[in-house]
Amino acid sequence: MTRLRQMHSPLAWGMVFLVAALGIVGVPLLNTMTEAGSTWHVPDYMVPLLGKFLCYALVALAMDLIWGYAGILSLGHGVFFALGGYAMGMYLMRSMAGLGVYRSELPDFMVFLDWKELPWFWYGFDNFGFAMFMALAVPAVLAYIFGFLAFRSRIKGVYFSIITQAMTFALMLLFFRNETGFGGNNGLTDFKFLLGYNLQEHDTRLALYVITASVLFISYLVCRWLVTSKFGRVLMAIRDAESRVMFCGYNPLQYKLFAWTFSAILCGLAGALYVPQVGIINPSEMMPANSIEMAIWVAVGGRGTLIGGLVGSGVVNGMKSWFTVSYPDLWLYFLGGLFIFVTLFLPRGLVGLFKRKDSA
Amino acid sequence: MNAWLERTREFWRRDQVFDFMLPPLQSRELDVSHGVVLYLENITVSFDGFKALNNLNLYVNNGELRCIIGANGAGKTTMMDVITGKTRPDTGAVFFGQKIDLTKYNESEIAAAGVGRKFQKPTVFENHTVLENLELAMQMNKSTFVSLTARLSGEQRDRIDEVLSIIGLTEQVYLRAGLLSHGQKQWLEIGMLLMQSPYLLLVDEPVAGMTQQEIERTAELLTSLAPRHSVVVVEHDMAFVRSIARTVTVLHEGSVLAEGKMDEVQANPKVIEVYLGEGY
Amino acid sequence: MLHRLSLFLCCVLFASQIHAAELENALTTLAQASSRSELIAAIEQIGATGDAKAIPILEALENNDLKASETGQLWIVQGEKAHAALDDTTAEAASLTLNDLPKVNNTVRRALRPAIAQLQLGAPDVKTRLAAAEELKKRPPDNAADMLTQAIERETDAQVKTLLETTLAQIQLESPDPAQRLEAINLLGQRGNPDFIPPLTDLLQQNTDGSYKEPPEVRTAASKAIAAIEASQARIATLRNLFYGISLGSILLLAALGLAITFGLMGVINMAHGEMLMLGAYSTYVVQNLFKDYLPAAAFDAYLLVALPVAFMVSAAVGILLERTVIRHLYGRPLETLLATWGISLLLIQTVRVLFGAQNVQVANPSWLSGGWEVAANFVLPYNRLAIIFFVILVVVMVWLILQRTALGLQVRAVTQNRNMAACMGIATRRVDMWTFGLGSGVAGLGGVALSQIGNVGPELGQGYIVDSFMVVVLGGVGKIAGTVTGALGLGVITKYLEPEVGAVLAKIMVLVFIILFIQKRPQGIFALKGRFVEN
Repeated sequence: MTRLRQMHSPLAWGMVFLVAALGIVGVPLLNTMTEAGSTWHVPDYMVPLLGKFLCYALVALAMDLIWGYAGILSLGHGVFFALGGYAMGMYLMRSMAGLGVYRSELPDFMVFLDWKELPWFWYGFDNFGFAMFMALAVPAVLAYIFGFLAFRSRIKGVYFSIITQAMTFALMLLFFRNETGFGGNNGLTDFKFLLGYNLQEHDTRLALYVITASVLFISYLVCRWLVTSKFGRVLMAIRDAESRVMFCGYNPLQYKLFAWTFSAILCGLAGALYVPQVGIINPSEMMPANSIEMAIWVAVGGRGTLIGGLVGSGVVNGMKSWFTVSYPDLWLYFLGGLFIFVTLFLPRGLVGLFKRKDSA
Repeated sequence: MNAWLERTREFWRRDQVFDFMLPPLQSRELDVSHGVVLYLENITVSFDGFKALNNLNLYVNNGELRCIIGANGAGKTTMMDVITGKTRPDTGAVFFGQKIDLTKYNESEIAAAGVGRKFQKPTVFENHTVLENLELAMQMNKSTFVSLTARLSGEQRDRIDEVLSIIGLTEQVYLRAGLLSHGQKQWLEIGMLLMQSPYLLLVDEPVAGMTQQEIERTAELLTSLAPRHSVVVVEHDMAFVRSIARTVTVLHEGSVLAEGKMDEVQANPKVIEVYLGEGY
Repeated sequence: MLHRLSLFLCCVLFASQIHAAELENALTTLAQASSRSELIAAIEQIGATGDAKAIPILEALENNDLKASETGQLWIVQGEKAHAALDDTTAEAASLTLNDLPKVNNTVRRALRPAIAQLQLGAPDVKTRLAAAEELKKRPPDNAADMLTQAIERETDAQVKTLLETTLAQIQLESPDPAQRLEAINLLGQRGNPDFIPPLTDLLQQNTDGSYKEPPEVRTAASKAIAAIEASQARIATLRNLFYGISLGSILLLAALGLAITFGLMGVINMAHGEMLMLGAYSTYVVQNLFKDYLPAAAFDAYLLVALPVAFMVSAAVGILLERTVIRHLYGRPLETLLATWGISLLLIQTVRVLFGAQNVQVANPSWLSGGWEVAANFVLPYNRLAIIFFVILVVVMVWLILQRTALGLQVRAVTQNRNMAACMGIATRRVDMWTFGLGSGVAGLGGVALSQIGNVGPELGQGYIVDSFMVVVLGGVGKIAGTVTGALGLGVITKYLEPEVGAVLAKIMVLVFIILFIQKRPQGIFALKGRFVEN
């Protein structure tokens, strides 16, 4: 009980459940139960769009966990997101073996490249469970190794950020190559079935939306639990005064590594949920610019609050959708301006506007 | 070639075990059977040719309160860095008790083994409450997975309350540490050291920026610690040193210039020449 | 002496008389040619005479301006006028009845060029002879051995002579005399040009009945020559990698130098630093266009010299503006600075895209930077890259002088080591920040000028450089020019040596992995400042 109270005040708990219910149950109901013309109606095309935003929100949650609480700004979370997406994409490609344009057992792009058999790293991806495991395990292993090397040599601050960006850049180049075996430039696309359900059907999309919303809700609770535990307090202490933490007898390497790897897993999960709803995964997801955009979601919402990331990703992506349709030329000006405005004038983000100054 | 031979010889030494066979420093038993808690022997540290520590030899007895004085650049802080694992000495040995070779461990392991350190500038966790600061410092299992489910037991809470009353911050227990005054932060940091219940406390200029009243209380606190803990204090304030010190060590250019009672040291002509100056 | 000279003159006169007769015969054949093969035969005949007087005739033939009259007299038609070949007579073209010779096509041209070149070998101008020799080396004409031998004896210029000898050797590979063939093979082996490998390999071939075409000693010599050529090619490949590595390194250095200084000084990474390069490149483009539009063509080559200060000023001004309006207000928040400057880079890219279009723009090399210095066969050092290397040395020396010998430099070094202490000593640290930022950005602008000379200029030019130049800073350590220089050159050379082996992408990844492993050992870079003050 005390633990629950540490996580949220009773009022906040109420709010959390209200929003969660609205997101998980409300949207599908408004979509299916209301008339098409009504003000409350959520049109069909909105469902996968909202699902996509929820995936971004999950990424923002992951970003906030390590940036807001551990003070580590990653400019490479796009990689973990894309890797999770690729694992899901590989399953989706395998699940439609024989149904592609070439009616081959191999994915279309391999036929196109005149490959005769499946590369070894595609083995097992016809099994959904294995693919889901890999969607979490591959980002986790990459993050663990990378984080171990970086944190061990005490790389932090801008050094760490830029090195994550270099990692993103290198992996993007790798995935752009056809020989790497993930569809090169075009990536993986033209998916048809997920566990036998047709991805083009509205019901499948609705179900995916509900699953995404639920996963986001659970992830939020887990993150909240983490940051209000002693683990979270040590993490924040590392952010504020790392050497003091060391001289208190904690090994910051382990703490950072845990938070970093967990954050990468959340990203992988988001990527895996993203791909079936969007229908494509390609190396441009790994572009450094995308990863930096993830940071601005958190900055806009407010760091170190968890809620901030969710709010920020919603606001920025909503704006992006609107701008790129209405004023495509102005979007980059707006985004650039947003980066500058938020860092200069809104250091605590939107959520910070509603919070008292002295509470952290 | 020589270096290689050296390493081979190192490999076959029979009085030492390999690094990876060393026990993890979580056990809190310290062997002080010879009455000495800290050995610094032939320590040399050089930065780009400049010798910050030059063949330093220093022994601290168990339960002793030792003051270290020296001019700026005498190597006081570097010595602290060597003991706490922040800087690795080029040569020499650092032993904690009879068995623990501190040069083999990193900062957090050394801290967990029972060496506490207070910095020159007060460093507390400004975004945490006083209570959380003390909780984080408390001596307990500090591994990641334990921290996920750690809860304060009644006993631990009592210990925190005890320290709170020692450092006089009982009323500020739920206040954010960033809002404390400079003196209160110094006290909180000392409180955090107490929570660690270290065998050896390294205190770097504890009274800098304190009022006279606070200085007196600090002196009282440090002397009261002495029998149970070993304390090493680095300080510039001579009046303060005189008020607490039993033994004083003077560092000069990275090695020990003189050691003894305050009066003896102050009468030592070498010390007068290089540090205290004619004024004293 | 006098005797010899007169003898020589006699010979020349005599020879020219023989030539004159030969040439007239050949020209007659040419005038009567009715098919292309006859034409070619006549051209080769003319070429073999070596008489320079035939050059305008052959050139006219190439342009299809050569006509023949009924009498077999050749006329060169130029608009209304016609000149008689080998004669000073001029006539109205309309007054003559002229027949067309067979039209010149590529087959004929292939015979024409070496023929003209052969004739040009006698030209008094070294440059003409050199060009002719190059032409002959590319397509050695048959039966030119004697002519070449004479030309070699005559030749005074060493470079032309070498070229001619090579050509002669190529022809002599097919000589019936085995001793001559051997000599030719050895010579070609020494030249180390991979173009000679196929003809040499031909010598090793078997006939259909299994017997060898050539006697064993020729075959041994040929395989030795091939091995020699391959060995020299390997040496050249190593040198070429080194050169291109240094070239890449010098560009990285220009990009990283400013970054290293400002990072050392303020601890912030300017993500818009790459855009300073881009602005420098676009400044070059604008200056180039102004020269093209408003100044005489003769002045065009000087545009680069004007572009340098302009690019420096533009980038420095933008840098200073950036520092004053944004970075200064984020002092002590390096991660936010990273994001804000990224936003600035987006704004700059989009602005340039709106002003100049999203497509790449063309920046031409001035004539003194086009071409290259041919060190060996197949190994040309382009002048633009050479110039950049020297330019970078100049810039590094200047920056070093600024940092070591000026008041600003002293202040920069002081603030880099201990900002608070410097502030206490009365140094206006904010002003130092501003000027240093300007300097760093300006240097990046100069880098942009350099980049515009060797690559495409587009709005996203700078994007690829920020990571690379930061890697240089990581590798070289902060606050030491020597470190940045070593880091940049090391990174450039390593990349260029890896690229041919594993491809560009894997090379990039390997370099990244190498850097990550490197900072395990030396977190502060190659030239770390050691001591307590490093750790803030």
